[in-house]
Amino acid sequence: METIIILHIILVFMIIGSLITVEIRNMLSAVISVGAVGFALSLAFLFLDAPDIAITQVIVEILSLVILIRATIKVDNVAIEKREHILSDRTALIFVGMILVFAWFAFQSLPTFGEPSMRVSEYYLMNGLREVGATNFVTSVILDYRAYDTLGEAMVLFTSISGAFVILRRWKKEQDKDFLRIDREH
Amino acid sequence: MDKHTGMTPIVKMITKVLCGLMLVFGAFIVAYGHITPGGGFPGGVMIALVYILITLAYGRVIVERKVSGITASVVDDIGALIFWSVGMIGLFVGGSYLFNFLGKGNPFHILSAGTIIINNIAITLKVGMCLYAIFLALSILQRVVIDEPKEGEE
Repeated sequence: METIIILHIILVFMIIGSLITVEIRNMLSAVISVGAVGFALSLAFLFLDAPDIAITQVIVEILSLVILIRATIKVDNVAIEKREHILSDRTALIFVGMILVFAWFAFQSLPTFGEPSMRVSEYYLMNGLREVGATNFVTSVILDYRAYDTLGEAMVLFTSISGAFVILRRWKKEQDKDFLRIDREH
Repeated sequence: MDKHTGMTPIVKMITKVLCGLMLVFGAFIVAYGHITPGGGFPGGVMIALVYILITLAYGRVIVERKVSGITASVVDDIGALIFWSVGMIGLFVGGSYLFNFLGKGNPFHILSAGTIIINNIAITLKVGMCLYAIFLALSILQRVVIDEPKEGEE
């Protein structure tokens, strides 16, 4: 029961942080409130007894915050104040309403909080230690039972780094001479 | 030139103290990934964060002298190859891809659970060096983007 109350407090905090992120004018403040939302999410994972995901969330949040702050700290991005298209607001409202209606029907069929819906997780808990030998069942699932999915995840990372290198390298070569000259001037 | 790149001496000193601790903690999270919470992905991101911290504190030139972008992508590929070859050995030994062909060992020991620790180390190499290389590539881009308006002003 107490976990539910703590989770609701964390969720309200996260909603307030998201609203601040959307509405604030200063770019750096928006990035910092994104970070606050991420750390609150990791706290929520910790209260839900999922330390693996909590560790991953904290670490990835720090990494993305470093990159975002590094990207926004020197660039003054001016927020767009004029809102000319009223039609876009109405379209957004209609779609949010549709999502809420369908989500209402979808959430009716969800199991109650804390009750496992999939019986396959019970199999992992019962036989994981005997079949794999790892005491951390999360690792035994992602690297033994479902290692093929993890391989696909690694391939996603591999593709992303390849794409980033291809795009950024060509971009750099076009501006290479300007780049060097600016360096020398400083 | 090296003295003037990067941040203040306070940040550099704290980075010097913290880097070793962060590397050891990342290695701990990886090595005990099958016993305690953690695993290859968080440990790899932590090791990438060590290099990113050095990049921020000391500048890109110094960290590229230690681990260049090309080295990072080579280590990244080695991690992928280790994962792939574990899978292929499992295919030939046990009959299915990514079969756990090593012995299970005793629970709560570091050398238990067969191939999980090898896969964890492979994912660490992969994720850590991948994210570090992405940060290096982004820092090159960001440098150009920030310097460009100055040229127009002058």
